[in-house]
Amino acid sequence: MAKFIKKRGKGSPGINTASLPDIVFMLLFFFMVVTKLRDAELKVRVVTPFGTELTKLEEKSLVNTIFVGRPVEKFQAIYGTKPRMQLGDKFAEPVEIPLFLERFRVKIPEAQRPKITTSLRVDGKVTMGIVQDIKTELRKANQLKINYSTKKRPDAL
Amino acid sequence: MSKSKVRDMMKNEINAGSMADIAFLLLIFFLVTTTLVEDSGITVKLPPWSTEEPDITKLKTRNVYSVLVNAQNQLLVRGQVMRVEELRKNAKEFIVNPTARPDYAEKPKNALIMLKNDRGTNYATYITVYNELKGAYNELWDDMSSRKYGVAYSEDLPVAWKKSIKEEIPMVLSEAEPTAFGKEN
Repeated sequence: MAKFIKKRGKGSPGINTASLPDIVFMLLFFFMVVTKLRDAELKVRVVTPFGTELTKLEEKSLVNTIFVGRPVEKFQAIYGTKPRMQLGDKFAEPVEIPLFLERFRVKIPEAQRPKITTSLRVDGKVTMGIVQDIKTELRKANQLKINYSTKKRPDAL
Repeated sequence: MSKSKVRDMMKNEINAGSMADIAFLLLIFFLVTTTLVEDSGITVKLPPWSTEEPDITKLKTRNVYSVLVNAQNQLLVRGQVMRVEELRKNAKEFIVNPTARPDYAEKPKNALIMLKNDRGTNYATYITVYNELKGAYNELWDDMSSRKYGVAYSEDLPVAWKKSIKEEIPMVLSEAEPTAFGKEN
Protein backbone atom coordinates (compact mmCIF):
# COMPACT_ATOMS: atom_id res chain seq x y z
CA MET A 1 0.00 0.00 0.00
CA ALA A 2 2.73 2.35 0.91
CA LYS A 3 4.37 1.71 -2.37
CA PHE A 4 1.40 3.08 -4.32
CA ILE A 5 1.23 6.27 -2.31
CA LYS A 6 4.86 6.85 -2.91
CA LYS A 7 4.40 6.63 -6.64
CA ARG A 8 1.57 9.16 -6.74
CA GLY A 9 3.48 11.53 -4.55
CA LYS A 10 6.11 12.00 -7.20
CA GLY A 11 3.61 13.85 -9.43
CA SER A 12 3.19 13.50 -13.13
CA PRO A 13 6.22 14.11 -15.27
CA GLY A 14 5.84 17.06 -17.66
CA ILE A 15 4.63 16.33 -21.15
CA ASN A 16 7.50 15.36 -23.31
CA THR A 17 8.04 17.96 -25.98
CA ALA A 18 10.88 16.24 -27.71
CA SER A 19 8.64 15.28 -30.62
CA LEU A 20 7.26 18.75 -31.13
CA PRO A 21 9.96 19.79 -33.58
CA ASP A 22 9.27 16.68 -35.58
CA ILE A 23 5.60 17.48 -35.85
CA VAL A 24 6.30 21.06 -36.73
CA PHE A 25 8.75 20.01 -39.39
CA MET A 26 6.26 17.54 -40.73
CA LEU A 27 3.65 20.24 -41.11
CA LEU A 28 6.22 22.55 -42.60
CA PHE A 29 7.30 20.01 -45.19
CA PHE A 30 3.71 19.19 -45.98
CA PHE A 31 2.78 22.78 -46.66
CA MET A 32 5.99 23.40 -48.54
CA VAL A 33 5.27 20.55 -50.87
CA VAL A 34 1.63 21.47 -51.29
CA THR A 35 2.39 25.04 -52.22
CA LYS A 36 5.16 24.03 -54.57
CA LEU A 37 3.03 21.54 -56.43
CA ARG A 38 0.40 24.08 -57.23
CA ASP A 39 0.38 25.26 -60.79
CA ALA A 40 1.88 28.54 -61.75
CA GLU A 41 -0.21 31.55 -60.94
CA LEU A 42 -3.15 31.58 -63.30
CA LYS A 43 -3.29 34.76 -65.27
CA VAL A 44 -6.30 33.67 -67.25
CA ARG A 45 -9.70 32.59 -66.05
CA VAL A 46 -10.32 28.95 -66.84
CA VAL A 47 -13.58 27.17 -66.20
CA THR A 48 -13.27 23.86 -67.99
CA PRO A 49 -16.40 22.41 -69.60
CA PHE A 50 -18.13 19.22 -68.53
CA GLY A 51 -17.71 15.79 -70.04
CA THR A 52 -18.47 12.17 -69.31
CA GLU A 53 -15.87 10.16 -71.20
CA LEU A 54 -12.92 11.07 -69.08
CA THR A 55 -9.53 9.54 -68.64
CA LYS A 56 -7.40 10.43 -65.68
CA LEU A 57 -3.99 11.88 -66.26
CA GLU A 58 -1.45 9.61 -64.67
CA GLU A 59 2.11 10.61 -64.01
CA LYS A 60 1.97 14.33 -63.51
CA SER A 61 5.67 14.65 -64.29
CA LEU A 62 4.91 13.80 -67.91
CA VAL A 63 2.18 16.37 -68.31
CA ASN A 64 2.62 19.92 -69.46
CA THR A 65 -0.25 22.33 -69.43
CA ILE A 66 -1.45 25.08 -71.70
CA PHE A 67 -4.04 27.45 -70.31
CA VAL A 68 -6.43 29.42 -72.47
CA GLY A 69 -8.95 31.92 -71.26
CA ARG A 70 -9.68 35.57 -70.71
CA PRO A 71 -7.07 37.44 -68.67
CA VAL A 72 -8.08 37.94 -65.05
CA GLU A 73 -9.16 41.41 -64.05
CA LYS A 74 -5.83 42.78 -62.93
CA PHE A 75 -4.27 41.98 -66.30
CA GLN A 76 -7.16 43.23 -68.40
CA ALA A 77 -5.78 46.76 -68.50
CA ILE A 78 -2.64 45.52 -70.25
CA TYR A 79 -3.78 42.46 -72.13
CA GLY A 80 -7.40 43.27 -72.86
CA THR A 81 -10.30 40.87 -72.57
CA LYS A 82 -9.67 38.72 -75.62
CA PRO A 83 -8.87 35.07 -74.80
CA ARG A 84 -5.16 34.57 -74.37
CA MET A 85 -2.88 31.64 -73.91
CA GLN A 86 -0.71 31.11 -70.87
CA LEU A 87 2.42 28.98 -71.07
CA GLY A 88 4.14 28.31 -67.79
CA ASP A 89 3.57 31.48 -65.83
CA LYS A 90 3.34 34.04 -68.60
CA PHE A 91 1.16 35.02 -71.50
CA ALA A 92 2.33 33.68 -74.83
CA GLU A 93 1.40 33.38 -78.47
CA PRO A 94 0.81 30.01 -80.16
CA VAL A 95 4.13 30.35 -82.07
CA GLU A 96 5.98 29.99 -78.77
CA ILE A 97 4.60 26.51 -78.18
CA PRO A 98 7.40 24.51 -79.90
CA LEU A 99 10.03 26.12 -77.69
CA PHE A 100 7.93 25.53 -74.60
CA LEU A 101 7.50 21.87 -75.51
CA GLU A 102 11.18 21.43 -76.28
CA ARG A 103 12.18 22.92 -72.95
CA PHE A 104 9.88 20.46 -71.24
CA ARG A 105 11.04 17.54 -73.36
CA VAL A 106 14.73 17.84 -72.57
CA LYS A 107 14.02 17.39 -68.87
CA ILE A 108 12.38 14.00 -69.44
CA PRO A 109 14.39 10.80 -69.98
CA GLU A 110 14.36 9.83 -73.61
CA ALA A 111 12.51 6.56 -73.05
CA GLN A 112 9.57 8.36 -71.52
CA ARG A 113 9.28 11.16 -74.05
CA PRO A 114 6.61 9.47 -76.17
CA LYS A 115 4.39 9.43 -73.09
CA ILE A 116 4.38 13.20 -72.67
CA THR A 117 0.86 14.54 -72.67
CA THR A 118 -0.17 18.12 -73.20
CA SER A 119 -3.16 19.07 -71.13
CA LEU A 120 -5.25 21.82 -72.65
CA ARG A 121 -7.05 23.66 -69.92
CA VAL A 122 -9.36 25.84 -71.93
CA ASP A 123 -12.21 27.98 -70.72
CA GLY A 124 -15.56 26.74 -71.99
CA LYS A 125 -16.58 30.14 -73.32
CA VAL A 126 -13.58 30.55 -75.58
CA THR A 127 -14.17 30.11 -79.29
CA MET A 128 -12.39 27.43 -81.28
CA GLY A 129 -10.15 29.80 -83.28
CA ILE A 130 -7.37 30.04 -80.70
CA VAL A 131 -7.74 26.38 -79.78
CA GLN A 132 -7.33 25.46 -83.43
CA ASP A 133 -4.15 27.53 -83.70
CA ILE A 134 -2.76 25.77 -80.66
CA LYS A 135 -3.66 22.37 -82.06
CA THR A 136 -1.94 23.21 -85.32
CA GLU A 137 1.20 24.24 -83.46
CA LEU A 138 1.12 21.06 -81.40
CA ARG A 139 0.82 18.97 -84.53
CA LYS A 140 3.70 20.83 -86.14
CA ALA A 141 5.80 20.26 -83.02
CA ASN A 142 4.86 16.57 -83.16
CA GLN A 143 3.24 16.65 -79.73
CA LEU A 144 0.23 14.55 -80.63
CA LYS A 145 -0.93 13.23 -77.28
CA ILE A 146 -3.25 15.80 -75.85
CA ASN A 147 -5.93 15.91 -73.24
CA TYR A 148 -8.81 18.33 -73.20
CA SER A 149 -9.21 19.00 -69.53
CA THR A 150 -12.83 18.55 -68.51
CA LYS A 151 -14.74 18.14 -65.31
CA LYS A 152 -16.97 15.19 -64.64
CA ARG A 153 -20.56 16.08 -65.34
CA PRO A 154 -22.59 15.69 -62.17
CA ASP A 155 -25.48 14.10 -64.06
CA ALA A 156 -25.56 12.34 -67.39
CA LEU A 157 -26.75 14.27 -70.41
CA MET B 1 15.28 -5.57 -4.31
CA SER B 2 15.23 -6.15 -7.99
CA LYS B 3 11.57 -5.02 -8.10
CA SER B 4 12.38 -1.58 -6.74
CA LYS B 5 14.97 -1.18 -9.45
CA VAL B 6 12.32 -1.53 -12.13
CA ARG B 7 10.20 1.09 -10.43
CA ASP B 8 13.11 3.47 -10.40
CA MET B 9 13.36 3.18 -14.15
CA MET B 10 9.72 4.25 -14.53
CA LYS B 11 10.70 7.71 -13.47
CA ASN B 12 12.49 8.09 -16.74
CA GLU B 13 10.80 9.81 -19.65
CA ILE B 14 9.09 7.87 -22.36
CA ASN B 15 11.51 7.19 -25.12
CA ALA B 16 10.71 9.64 -27.89
CA GLY B 17 13.29 8.36 -30.30
CA SER B 18 10.72 6.73 -32.53
CA MET B 19 8.62 9.88 -32.71
CA ALA B 20 10.65 11.22 -35.58
CA ASP B 21 10.14 7.98 -37.45
CA ILE B 22 6.40 8.18 -36.97
CA ALA B 23 6.42 11.81 -38.06
CA PHE B 24 8.31 10.97 -41.21
CA LEU B 25 6.01 8.09 -41.90
CA LEU B 26 3.05 10.44 -41.77
CA LEU B 27 4.86 12.99 -43.86
CA ILE B 28 5.59 10.46 -46.56
CA PHE B 29 2.04 9.16 -46.41
CA PHE B 30 0.64 12.63 -47.04
CA LEU B 31 3.18 13.32 -49.72
CA VAL B 32 2.18 10.24 -51.62
CA THR B 33 -1.57 10.48 -51.21
CA THR B 34 -2.16 14.18 -51.69
CA THR B 35 -3.35 14.90 -55.16
CA LEU B 36 -4.36 18.45 -55.62
CA VAL B 37 -6.73 19.20 -58.42
CA GLU B 38 -7.46 15.87 -60.01
CA ASP B 39 -6.59 16.21 -63.64
CA SER B 40 -8.93 14.41 -65.93
CA GLY B 41 -10.14 15.00 -69.41
CA ILE B 42 -10.74 13.66 -72.87
CA THR B 43 -7.56 12.19 -74.28
CA VAL B 44 -7.11 12.69 -77.98
CA LYS B 45 -4.41 11.62 -80.38
CA LEU B 46 -3.84 14.28 -83.00
CA PRO B 47 -2.89 13.28 -86.52
CA PRO B 48 0.67 14.11 -87.54
CA TRP B 49 1.13 17.40 -89.33
CA SER B 50 1.05 17.27 -93.08
CA THR B 51 0.38 19.89 -95.67
CA GLU B 52 -1.27 17.48 -98.06
CA GLU B 53 -5.00 17.47 -98.24
CA PRO B 54 -6.42 14.09 -97.35
CA ASP B 55 -8.02 12.33 -100.27
CA ILE B 56 -11.63 11.79 -99.39
CA THR B 57 -12.83 10.86 -102.85
CA LYS B 58 -12.09 7.18 -102.20
CA LEU B 59 -14.55 7.09 -99.35
CA LYS B 60 -18.09 6.04 -99.93
CA THR B 61 -20.59 8.61 -98.82
CA ARG B 62 -22.52 6.03 -96.85
CA ASN B 63 -19.53 5.42 -94.60
CA VAL B 64 -18.91 9.04 -93.72
CA TYR B 65 -20.68 10.53 -90.75
CA SER B 66 -20.14 14.23 -91.08
CA VAL B 67 -20.76 16.44 -88.09
CA LEU B 68 -20.64 20.16 -88.68
CA VAL B 69 -20.81 22.67 -85.87
CA ASN B 70 -21.33 26.28 -86.81
CA ALA B 71 -20.55 29.49 -85.00
CA GLN B 72 -24.04 29.52 -83.50
CA ASN B 73 -23.23 26.18 -81.88
CA GLN B 74 -25.77 24.35 -84.03
CA LEU B 75 -25.17 20.86 -85.31
CA LEU B 76 -25.59 19.62 -88.83
CA VAL B 77 -25.23 15.86 -88.99
CA ARG B 78 -25.21 14.36 -92.47
CA GLY B 79 -27.10 17.35 -93.78
CA GLN B 80 -29.69 17.36 -91.05
CA VAL B 81 -30.03 19.61 -88.06
CA MET B 82 -29.66 17.66 -84.85
CA ARG B 83 -29.59 18.32 -81.15
CA VAL B 84 -26.52 17.30 -79.18
CA GLU B 85 -28.65 15.01 -77.04
CA GLU B 86 -29.52 12.84 -80.03
CA LEU B 87 -26.01 12.65 -81.38
CA ARG B 88 -24.75 9.70 -79.37
CA LYS B 89 -27.67 7.42 -80.21
CA ASN B 90 -27.63 8.41 -83.84
CA ALA B 91 -23.89 7.88 -84.15
CA LYS B 92 -24.14 4.45 -82.59
CA GLU B 93 -26.88 3.48 -84.97
CA PHE B 94 -24.85 4.73 -87.89
CA ILE B 95 -21.74 2.79 -86.90
CA VAL B 96 -23.39 -0.53 -86.11
CA ASN B 97 -26.20 -0.24 -88.64
CA PRO B 98 -28.31 -3.00 -87.07
CA THR B 99 -31.10 -2.71 -89.64
CA ALA B 100 -28.69 -2.77 -92.58
CA ARG B 101 -29.80 0.57 -93.94
CA PRO B 102 -28.21 1.35 -97.27
CA ASP B 103 -27.25 4.86 -96.21
CA TYR B 104 -25.48 3.87 -92.99
CA ALA B 105 -22.00 2.41 -92.57
CA GLU B 106 -21.32 -0.89 -94.33
CA LYS B 107 -19.40 -2.25 -91.37
CA PRO B 108 -18.27 -0.58 -88.14
CA LYS B 109 -14.77 -1.00 -89.53
CA ASN B 110 -15.52 1.26 -92.46
CA ALA B 111 -17.29 4.00 -90.53
CA LEU B 112 -15.56 7.34 -90.41
CA ILE B 113 -16.62 10.32 -88.42
CA MET B 114 -15.77 13.67 -89.85
CA LEU B 115 -15.93 16.54 -87.44
CA LYS B 116 -15.75 20.06 -88.67
CA ASN B 117 -16.29 23.19 -86.66
CA ASP B 118 -16.05 26.90 -87.13
CA ARG B 119 -13.46 29.18 -85.61
CA GLY B 120 -16.36 30.88 -83.88
CA THR B 121 -17.71 27.69 -82.32
CA ASN B 122 -17.84 27.68 -78.58
CA TYR B 123 -15.18 25.46 -77.03
CA ALA B 124 -17.70 23.99 -74.61
CA THR B 125 -19.93 22.96 -77.52
CA TYR B 126 -17.01 21.39 -79.33
CA ILE B 127 -16.10 19.40 -76.23
CA THR B 128 -19.69 18.28 -75.76
CA VAL B 129 -19.85 17.07 -79.35
CA TYR B 130 -16.51 15.33 -79.10
CA ASN B 131 -17.56 13.82 -75.81
CA GLU B 132 -20.74 12.42 -77.34
CA LEU B 133 -18.89 10.89 -80.28
CA LYS B 134 -16.32 9.34 -78.00
CA GLY B 135 -19.16 8.20 -75.75
CA ALA B 136 -20.82 6.45 -78.68
CA TYR B 137 -17.66 4.47 -79.34
CA ASN B 138 -17.14 3.77 -75.66
CA GLU B 139 -20.64 2.34 -75.43
CA LEU B 140 -20.08 0.19 -78.49
CA TRP B 141 -16.81 -1.11 -77.09
CA ASP B 142 -18.57 -1.77 -73.83
CA ASP B 143 -21.30 -3.78 -75.56
CA MET B 144 -18.83 -5.79 -77.55
CA SER B 145 -16.59 -6.42 -74.58
CA SER B 146 -19.44 -7.71 -72.45
CA ARG B 147 -20.65 -9.89 -75.29
CA LYS B 148 -17.27 -11.40 -76.02
CA TYR B 149 -15.55 -11.45 -72.67
CA GLY B 150 -18.29 -10.79 -70.15
CA VAL B 151 -16.66 -7.69 -68.71
CA ALA B 152 -17.19 -4.03 -69.40
CA TYR B 153 -14.63 -2.27 -71.53
CA SER B 154 -11.88 -0.48 -69.71
CA GLU B 155 -8.28 0.46 -70.30
CA ASP B 156 -7.23 -2.32 -67.92
CA LEU B 157 -8.37 -5.14 -70.19
CA PRO B 158 -5.67 -7.40 -71.63
CA VAL B 159 -4.01 -5.87 -74.64
CA ALA B 160 -5.13 -8.68 -76.93
CA TRP B 161 -8.76 -8.16 -75.99
CA LYS B 162 -8.57 -4.44 -76.49
CA LYS B 163 -6.90 -4.97 -79.83
CA SER B 164 -9.54 -7.36 -81.06
CA ILE B 165 -12.30 -5.00 -79.98
CA LYS B 166 -10.70 -2.02 -81.63
CA GLU B 167 -10.05 -4.00 -84.76
CA GLU B 168 -13.73 -4.70 -85.03
CA ILE B 169 -14.82 -1.16 -84.17
CA PRO B 170 -11.97 1.24 -84.72
CA MET B 171 -12.56 4.82 -83.76
CA VAL B 172 -11.76 6.88 -86.81
CA LEU B 173 -12.46 10.50 -86.16
CA SER B 174 -11.10 12.96 -88.62
CA GLU B 175 -11.15 16.63 -87.95
CA ALA B 176 -11.26 18.93 -90.91
CA GLU B 177 -9.72 22.36 -90.97
CA PRO B 178 -12.34 24.64 -89.45
CA THR B 179 -14.22 27.25 -91.37
CA ALA B 180 -13.87 30.89 -90.44
CA PHE B 181 -17.34 32.33 -90.86
CA GLY B 182 -18.21 33.09 -87.27
CA LYS B 183 -16.92 35.83 -85.07
CA GLU B 184 -14.18 34.92 -82.64
CA ASN B 185 -14.20 36.43 -79.22
